[in-house]
Amino acid sequence: MAATTTATPQAAEQAGPVTRAPSRFSWSGVRTYVGVAIIIIWGLAPAYWMVVTAFRDVGFTFDTTLYPTHVTLDNFRTAFDTSLGNHFGLALLHSVIIGVVTTALAMAAGVFCAYALARLEFRGKYLLLGGILGASMFPPVALVTPLFQLFTNIGWINTYQALIIPDISFALPLTIYILTAFFREMPWDLEESARIDGCTQWQAFRLVILPLAAPGLFTTAILAFIAAWNEFLLASQLSGPATQPVTVAIADFQGSQPHQEPYTAVMAAGTIVVVPLVIMVLAFQKKIVAGLTAGGVKG
Amino acid sequence: MSEAATDVQAPPEPQKPQRRRKSWFNLSEGGGVPMLVAPTLILLAIVIGYPVVRAVIMSFQKDPGLDKATGLFVAGGPAGFSNYTHWLLAQCVAAGGGTTTCPAGNLGSQFWTAMFNTVFFTVVEVAIEIVLGLWFAMIMHRKFHGRGLLRAAVLIPWAIPTAVTAKLWYFIFAYDGIANHILHTHILWTAGAWSSRFAIIFADVWKTTPFMALLILAGLQIIPDDVYEAAKVDGASAWQRFVQITLPLVRPALMVAVLFRVLDVLRIYDLPAILTNGGGGSGDATTTLSILVIDQIRQGFNSAAALSTITFVFIFLVAFVFVKFLGANVIETQEAERKGAN
Repeated sequence: MAATTTATPQAAEQAGPVTRAPSRFSWSGVRTYVGVAIIIIWGLAPAYWMVVTAFRDVGFTFDTTLYPTHVTLDNFRTAFDTSLGNHFGLALLHSVIIGVVTTALAMAAGVFCAYALARLEFRGKYLLLGGILGASMFPPVALVTPLFQLFTNIGWINTYQALIIPDISFALPLTIYILTAFFREMPWDLEESARIDGCTQWQAFRLVILPLAAPGLFTTAILAFIAAWNEFLLASQLSGPATQPVTVAIADFQGSQPHQEPYTAVMAAGTIVVVPLVIMVLAFQKKIVAGLTAGGVKG
Repeated sequence: MSEAATDVQAPPEPQKPQRRRKSWFNLSEGGGVPMLVAPTLILLAIVIGYPVVRAVIMSFQKDPGLDKATGLFVAGGPAGFSNYTHWLLAQCVAAGGGTTTCPAGNLGSQFWTAMFNTVFFTVVEVAIEIVLGLWFAMIMHRKFHGRGLLRAAVLIPWAIPTAVTAKLWYFIFAYDGIANHILHTHILWTAGAWSSRFAIIFADVWKTTPFMALLILAGLQIIPDDVYEAAKVDGASAWQRFVQITLPLVRPALMVAVLFRVLDVLRIYDLPAILTNGGGGSGDATTTLSILVIDQIRQGFNSAAALSTITFVFIFLVAFVFVKFLGANVIETQEAERKGAN
């Protein structure tokens, strides 16, 4: 119950960093930093292990030394090697295409709906908001059977639209919900002021509102992209060799021996997939947390 | 969408406020609502509405296949509720044309195992995540140097795709892996019924607790400090403050977080599908409802449609109970958080 003894934070909050300078040793402070250390280890340790293994020689796959040993780049070469039927490089490209198009479509439709939800009063507004939230919690498995049958019948399995269309089902509600939250916090009065100063509505939108909305739009796009990038269930059923995204490629990664998992190569592939995500997360950490808590994004 | 885009730049009307309400083009007066929401509604009707309705229709059709009694190929046709009883009562078509209990190994006999696994994962994971999430959130709520680092660290498990997470934990839980090394055990994690379930729960709790903590943190941040100050002046202990102030005031946010996570675990697929392939124990110890649907798809669309409909209705009912009886009011809670944050 160390977490419950928050004796100092309130005091520290009010006094700000001024009191921190002379502050001496306190048990509560120690407990905070121990807790912080535990959480950071929680978040980073397994991911760290993936990266360490990715750089470890395949002969030492199960070496349990906690720091990098037998460092090599071979695993990354194996990850991109196509001789065993793995097409990881292509899969990266497929995932980018699917993610970008899904995000673009979701943003294009979602931005208008979110604007209406955030700015305008109309009948059925809360019903719509609730419906969109419900849609974002929708189990993808309820879509996959009819879509699988339909796409098989019309020959769409192994096409991009067979993945992009179902991805809209979660990307669009997500986009709308997060954007609505961002739009509500915008200083819309400025739009009015711009109009009074002689801007047309379009000018007010382009010159005043758009620059202010850009960070929120950008964060929403990142979150929608991550959701599409991480999707596995629909892709595992509806993709083919020409559209297979990275999540499916990694799950199906083949080793040189049947029934023998190529752990180090898979960890290398995983590292490649995760690095851009981690960079985005680090760069936009604050905005992403705001978007996440507004949208209740699934991982 | 493109029509709507052009409407934004549409007429810079002269200032005639009394006429604006009629215009479909003037966004700031509420006139353009139908056009603003139409693209969304049309898209959602296509990508969610159509498949759901189609699945329900399919679920009342027979799967074409070989008739065991005659050996002849039978076309589909109306099935009544037989696809549903196949799952709920584990009834299969008997040789004579009647029904019989599905033999072991038939997917129909796995329904209740899958239901148990899904509910078990949900209850255990969410219970652990409430406790850990609350603890994480209370630590993150304190003031200290490096809050940015902490939040970034917390987002990493969330950002890693579940498919990669599953492979990562598959490696960690390998026989020669680091889990057995640290614990000094020699467990075949993904083989036993309970060890494989444990592996799934551990991996999923690792991935989603940070998210839970962030949602709870949003609720903690709107509790005014003076409430704590007053309680402290009145001599309330830290424990009393937690139980009598923090818990009741954070409850709305907590309920929302729990609702999100419950609905999320009820549809769990990626992790058990990759980490244990639904196996463990006698072969279905980590098969969830979603995995069972996917297993069924290539054996018969219509039967799979019935199972996915059951899954959907079940999840819907759980959500309904949460919102109706447990007071998980997502929209109101998040509105309050927004206002509190300003």
